[in-house]
Amino acid sequence: MYDYEDGKLDWLAAGLPSEGTNAERPRAGDVARKDVPTCLLDERLGDVRDRVREAGWDACVVVNEERVVFGLLRSQELEANPDLGIEGAMRPGPSTFRPFVSIEEMAAFMIEHDLDSSPITTSDGRLVGLLRRQDAAKAALELHEKEHGSHGGRT
Amino acid sequence: MPQPIDRDEVRRLVDGGAQLVEVLPANEYEEDHLPGAINMPLRKLEEEARTALDRSRPIVVYCWDSA
Repeated sequence: MYDYEDGKLDWLAAGLPSEGTNAERPRAGDVARKDVPTCLLDERLGDVRDRVREAGWDACVVVNEERVVFGLLRSQELEANPDLGIEGAMRPGPSTFRPFVSIEEMAAFMIEHDLDSSPITTSDGRLVGLLRRQDAAKAALELHEKEHGSHGGRT
Repeated sequence: MPQPIDRDEVRRLVDGGAQLVEVLPANEYEEDHLPGAINMPLRKLEEEARTALDRSRPIVVYCWDSA
């Protein structure tokens, strides 16, 4: 007999598949964009900005070699002096969320706290993807309409 | 006493045919459970384990977290 001591929380926080009624509903990890650009702490801001823009993005997640999140470069940080190092330019220690959080909860939180984007990470801090507020709000609305019907029509 | 294992070991054991048992209440199991897990709420574990589990295969039990 074996005891998986860290339990279901650990499993879901790692973004691993699950079964059950919640498994059918989109979560933060499902909607987060996995193709978000990343950079390392010792890079130069100007180089990173060029790379990010070429990829069609206005944000970049700062990680280490193990993809553990250290910070975030939003559009305003990307506009800083191009000769700055990433460590000096980034917004350090952004709030991160686990992949299993429901998309409705994420959308409500991001709107309430005016967050444009939130890194989604595993319980050991590794990047899963970047959740954009508009993606979270769209997915939450689609889910609501699917489960409760659209109330867009007026009489 | 059950042997403590981590996530990687769970995957390895399940790939090898181990039985996964969630001991949380049924409503929590219905919302989310590990793929292939069966539900035996803690209060019924002793009585149900005798008939529902295969003693010849490893058994992995889990709840929500280590708290």
